[in-house]
Amino acid sequence: MNATEALSAHLVLASRFENIEVAERALHDLCATAGCDGDQLYWVVTALREAMANAVRHGNRLQPERKVHVDLSVDSSAVTIRIDDEGEGFDPSRIPDPTVPENLLRPSGRGIFYMQQFMNRVQFSRSSGGGTSVLMVKLLQPTTRSAENEEPDSRSR
Amino acid sequence: MKSQIRDRGEVRIVELSGKITIGSGDVKIRELIDESIAVGKKNIVLDLAGVSTIDSSGIGEMVACYTTVTKKGGHLKLLRLSPKINDILQVTQLITVFEVFDNEGEAVSSFG
Repeated sequence: MNATEALSAHLVLASRFENIEVAERALHDLCATAGCDGDQLYWVVTALREAMANAVRHGNRLQPERKVHVDLSVDSSAVTIRIDDEGEGFDPSRIPDPTVPENLLRPSGRGIFYMQQFMNRVQFSRSSGGGTSVLMVKLLQPTTRSAENEEPDSRSR
Repeated sequence: MKSQIRDRGEVRIVELSGKITIGSGDVKIRELIDESIAVGKKNIVLDLAGVSTIDSSGIGEMVACYTTVTKKGGHLKLLRLSPKINDILQVTQLITVFEVFDNEGEAVSSFG
């Protein structure tokens, strides 16, 4: 793929868990076309699934009439994912660290941690409709792309 | 997610495969563990060799099952983690909670 060429997709999905699979397939197709390797794709898909699950369950509270807006973009240097819900918004800083001993046995609260572990950048903001918007970026490693002048991705799994 | 159950003595082996993810596999794990406890099988090995993906809901349900089984006086242990699932348990620090085995015989005998 040319370094300046980007592949993109925009999906508007009803708030159902089954639609996580739809978003995953779209990301798979874009990444496969862009030449992402299997390992990087696995972790990016994992982050996408968590962001989708948060939007469907916590943002839109499983109300199918509320939509999840998914923007995917893949070029030779990065995978960029933006997911907007139509919920009430939330403060991500209130999510406790799931890795400290007192929280290890909590059954929930690991989704954002997953996203932060597997992506290089995770940024939350208010969407235009008042819900939550999350922007995630994964820098692609040099071995999987042809572009030069890439930045090292020391956090990659 | 698919599952198969078999018993080796007093130890129940629950083989899982596919995705353990929100809205499907996570609920199924809970049902399998509840069924095991209901028939008196409190020493349980989850064989994850066939699991391709586990999201935070799946991990959360495994943790909830661990707590449930422990409160009932049993033990929940893990068998045959893929490298990626091992990575997930490492970054979430849950590797410090679960006993993990590569060999089924060793997992079974660990219950004493």
